[in-house]
Amino acid sequence: MLIKTDSSGFDHSVPSEITPQGIYQGRRDLIRLMATGTAGAALAGWAGRQALAQTVAKPGKLAALAGAKSAIAGAVVLDKITAYQDATSYNNYYEFGTDKADPARNAATLPIKPWSVVVEGLVKKPKTFTLEELLKLSAQEERIYRLRCVEGWSMVIPWVGYSLAELIKKVEPLGSAKYVEFITLADHKTMPFVGSRVLDWPYVEALRLDEAMHPLALLTFGMYGEVLPNQNGAPVRLVVPWKYGFKSGKSIVKIRFTDKEPRTAWNKAAAQEYGFYSNVNPLVDHPRWSQATERRIGEDGLFARKRKTLMFNGYEAQVGQLYAGMDLKKNF
Amino acid sequence: MAVVWIARRHKLLQHGAAKPLLFMFCLLPLAWLVYAALANQLGANPAEALVRKTGDWALRFMCLVLAVTPARVMSGTPALACFRRMLGLFAYFYVSVHLLSYSWFDMGFELDDIAKDIAKRPFILIGFLAFVLLTPLAATSFNAAIKAIGAKHWKALHKLVYLIAGLGILHFFWMRAGKHNFAEVMVYGAIIAALLGWRLWNRWATVRRSVLAKPVVGTR
Repeated sequence: MLIKTDSSGFDHSVPSEITPQGIYQGRRDLIRLMATGTAGAALAGWAGRQALAQTVAKPGKLAALAGAKSAIAGAVVLDKITAYQDATSYNNYYEFGTDKADPARNAATLPIKPWSVVVEGLVKKPKTFTLEELLKLSAQEERIYRLRCVEGWSMVIPWVGYSLAELIKKVEPLGSAKYVEFITLADHKTMPFVGSRVLDWPYVEALRLDEAMHPLALLTFGMYGEVLPNQNGAPVRLVVPWKYGFKSGKSIVKIRFTDKEPRTAWNKAAAQEYGFYSNVNPLVDHPRWSQATERRIGEDGLFARKRKTLMFNGYEAQVGQLYAGMDLKKNF
Repeated sequence: MAVVWIARRHKLLQHGAAKPLLFMFCLLPLAWLVYAALANQLGANPAEALVRKTGDWALRFMCLVLAVTPARVMSGTPALACFRRMLGLFAYFYVSVHLLSYSWFDMGFELDDIAKDIAKRPFILIGFLAFVLLTPLAATSFNAAIKAIGAKHWKALHKLVYLIAGLGILHFFWMRAGKHNFAEVMVYGAIIAALLGWRLWNRWATVRRSVLAKPVVGTR
């Protein structure tokens, strides 16, 4: 007989059976309202909640950048969206300092205008794109993704962008291209911590070509219906939701197609701790800490237990086949 | 003039309100942290902020209590010695709050998880060791205990604080090593090194003085 406790949760054969927290929290709120007799007035709003659930309120801080609803599977999670204030004040962007509060303080100097991205390497049509060209290259979509940091915390962020595949198709990779390398800005004059010994600069990240072609891999220009704040990687960054956050390079200036696996920044700094793949995986611990659980910023309060981390950050149904037959412990 | 000032300083330090006042001051960091947590002033990750800030205060109180003797000797203010015990106990208090914050807010009191975490992260082990070593010092900080174990043994036991301060710095250094972020570690390390270094220098100077003061035998 299988003995279960409260902490083991329910087993679901398919992830879609799981009631998202935002939904059950809503039900609980309703019950609470009913109990206190204030349901009448509030009920109208709640009835519309399902339809409005993922409508993102614009913070009104930066230029608007609208994204249409995405038809891609997994493009919109129903988890509660992290507060804009938290998502823009708790950042890892080491070029602007290693403390989480540093980027918000220091990134005002990031020279985002003009901006262009060089696309080169093993492609038929290499090209330098201006930011304006990139913005218009494909229709902007809103993608509400979980973001899991390798440090053990997570957020839910409504990004605006389009599948990286759209750009890749435009430049027509050669048959020999196997990897895509993302080189980010390293400007001594405007980024005070470029030159610190933490990492090799510029910060370089990379994906296998088939990973980069996956529709969930997002070339990102905005969040919360507005352009990206500097501390979040303006004006253009990558978001790969099934991998730890550091795989998603910020402020990208060059995209290069190669036939060899590129050496990436954290892999160079500590190869035994940060693998090339770095897929979110609760079963493979970081050598120095557990990856089985995470703290959802702004939601899991001081006294709340941390929540369980999901395989591939909950995108297993969409991306699992990319890694079929691979030993994920070896290829961490 | 100087004598008058020293006498006045002593009177102030020995005033009946001096200790309660210091006690209140020592509680201010905790009061501020509790307020900040309740008022949502700790940023996006309050749990992490509380664990780190209580650790900062534990280190600061270690520095403060280690500074009492150098300050007392250098300024010629014996009255300062009466505050050493309270500062030492507050150092232990903030170390305990730090450990409690970690066990509660980071680990949810899951002993299993804590044991695994200690095995995974040696710097946690070092911090825990510092807490364990500090405990007998805190437990023997009342007069009856000093009498019971004898002043000589008590003094020897409390010399452990030098090792504990070193462990505290090592704990902090190791925690920051992941990001090569050593600026603050160097500041605390330098303060502790200076305070311990002063003791070595002071002992050497005392020995030399007593040697020089003795009549030299054999040179009539």
